[in-house]
Amino acid sequence: MAEGVLEIDRISKRYGTVRALHEMTFDVRAGELFGFVGSNGAGKTTTMRIALGVLAADSGEVRFDGKPVDLATRRRIGYMPEERGLYPKMKVREQLVYLAQLHGMSAADARRATDAWVDRLGLTGRRDDEVQKLSLGNQQRVQLAAALVHDPVALVLDEPFSGLDPVAVDVMSEVLREQSARGVPVMFSSHQLDLVERLCDRVGIVRSGQLVANGGVAELRESGPLRLVVDAPDAGEDWAAGLTGVRVVAVDGSRTTVELGEDGDDQQVLAAALKTGPVREFTRLRPTLTELYRNVVSEQGAS
Amino acid sequence: MTTSRVIGLVAGREFNTRVRSKSFLVSTVVILAVLAAYALLFTFIAKETTVKVGLTGQATAMSAPLSAAADKLGKKVQISTVDNQDDGVAQVRAGKLDVLVQGPLGAPTAVVKSTLDPELQVALEGLVRAQAIQGVLAQAGLPPTALNAAQSATVKVSELEPPDPEQGQRIALSLITGIVLVFSIMAFGTAVAQGVVEEKSSRVVEILLSTIRPWQLLLGKVLGIGVVGLIQVVIIAVVGLTVANSTGVFSLPTVALGTILGALGWYVLGFFLYAALLAAAGSLVSRQEELQSAITPVSLLPTIAFVVGVNLLIPNPTNTISTVLSMIPLFTPTLMPSRIALGVAPVWQIALSVALMVAAIALVTWLAGRIYRNAVLQTGARVRLLDALRS
Repeated sequence: MAEGVLEIDRISKRYGTVRALHEMTFDVRAGELFGFVGSNGAGKTTTMRIALGVLAADSGEVRFDGKPVDLATRRRIGYMPEERGLYPKMKVREQLVYLAQLHGMSAADARRATDAWVDRLGLTGRRDDEVQKLSLGNQQRVQLAAALVHDPVALVLDEPFSGLDPVAVDVMSEVLREQSARGVPVMFSSHQLDLVERLCDRVGIVRSGQLVANGGVAELRESGPLRLVVDAPDAGEDWAAGLTGVRVVAVDGSRTTVELGEDGDDQQVLAAALKTGPVREFTRLRPTLTELYRNVVSEQGAS
Repeated sequence: MTTSRVIGLVAGREFNTRVRSKSFLVSTVVILAVLAAYALLFTFIAKETTVKVGLTGQATAMSAPLSAAADKLGKKVQISTVDNQDDGVAQVRAGKLDVLVQGPLGAPTAVVKSTLDPELQVALEGLVRAQAIQGVLAQAGLPPTALNAAQSATVKVSELEPPDPEQGQRIALSLITGIVLVFSIMAFGTAVAQGVVEEKSSRVVEILLSTIRPWQLLLGKVLGIGVVGLIQVVIIAVVGLTVANSTGVFSLPTVALGTILGALGWYVLGFFLYAALLAAAGSLVSRQEELQSAITPVSLLPTIAFVVGVNLLIPNPTNTISTVLSMIPLFTPTLMPSRIALGVAPVWQIALSVALMVAAIALVTWLAGRIYRNAVLQTGARVRLLDALRS
């Protein structure tokens, strides 16, 4: 049932008097791309560090395959920390082989996997260079290779897209899709919401150490109050004012945006609009992830 | 994956990185050069004890008796005749002569640059007195040999603790051993601390610790660097012994061999103790620039112990302060080998100091592991020692 699922179960963490995480709960299923969004300091990095055992939680549990994650499991997870980290004076290939071995691969497998990733990420020409001599973009590629070289069973990537040029973003997206297609649960945080929207199967929005929204991108966009855009040129300004359960949000020339409450009915709105004359447009308005995110994050003190 | 494989991988990386580094080669060569210079200096000082005496005028007659008197005192003199006084004075001034003796045989003047060698003074005064006595005897009409028996009366010296003729060599050996140990322990202990900070400042530690445990990382690092240090000490020892044997600088092959083999053991103990301490100190800071101030309190200890201990040891090898200091684990690795080389450390003291060292290593490693674990992931501001110990 929980096969290949990375579960974060009611994790709490305090730094002194600051509550960093409060019962953070979600799961990343096998073969799923999970986007983790939230403002700086919301608790994304803390969650990932706890998942990787780099930081200890005050309470709660991280499970993989239904079992609490221990060192042996972590060794099979691919991790890219927010603060990128590699030995600056170690050569690319040597470093990747070393890290692959630390993750449990034999020397021969480690070399094979390293060469495959170095080739795949276009680093073949630089494989005997010290990491510090590489451009920032290439260092990021090495970092990605470091997370992938041991053929991980799950991926936890903190801001993998930050600082990447457009080509590298494409490479990264492709690699992440490929990994999830292999059945690997992939979790990553990002501030690039358009990218998250395009790439992810599910999104979790964090605020003040708690997950405040969690679901498929389409599902999240459907959630919340229904908004309609109606373009009725002859309707005048107050045509929708008297309808039950309908609130006018914005009027822009002949276009009116209304929000339906619980007892609102979109067909009634359409009927009312038609009564005034022709209706040029009648659209259900789906918020973009960015708008959703703004709504969720700005609901200060709610829930 | 087994713990030993993890530690082996970490140690292997450290070993390969260090042994191939330029600094390893350079430091080995530098130490050997310093030791060679030291050995040269020692032999040079040993030869410099010959006193060059110049005689001029009437004093030239003193040549044979002065040479005999100096021989009796065990003093090496090189006697030459100088044509005139001015020439002799100039030579003394230039350092070509140590003493110029001139004037009448009964009341000669010794011209020196600043001080007259006390033994030579005794020899000269003896000659002058003998001359005066000869004069008195001649006036009294007695034969010059009348006082021979009285002249050759001596005091018999009975030595309760006969001086070790090899004392000088032992001191040299103990100094060299101590210097190499202080240097190696500090150099490689500091390398461990730098390695800790390198991983912290490059943040690679976060990736490592998501895979292996802090103590495995620390132990692997200490072992890997420790072996590199051991190799350097062995190289120095082998080169040192070979050179000493082939040039005959040392006539104590067994003592030297014993001391050097012992030094390897002391290096291992001392390195573990200091590496653990320095690693813990290093884990408190996030940048190499802050490292020096964090490790200075620790890194001064062996040097201070060595300097204090040796200064007390050389004039009086059995002094209490050196003995006590050499039993304190932090000072043992640099002081005990010197005492052993001097032949003043009884076996029970050596055994006790080793036992204390092992106990101290266990304690310090435990403490350092705790500090390291708590501090190594805290980047940014320097971590306070108490905070690192507490959590």
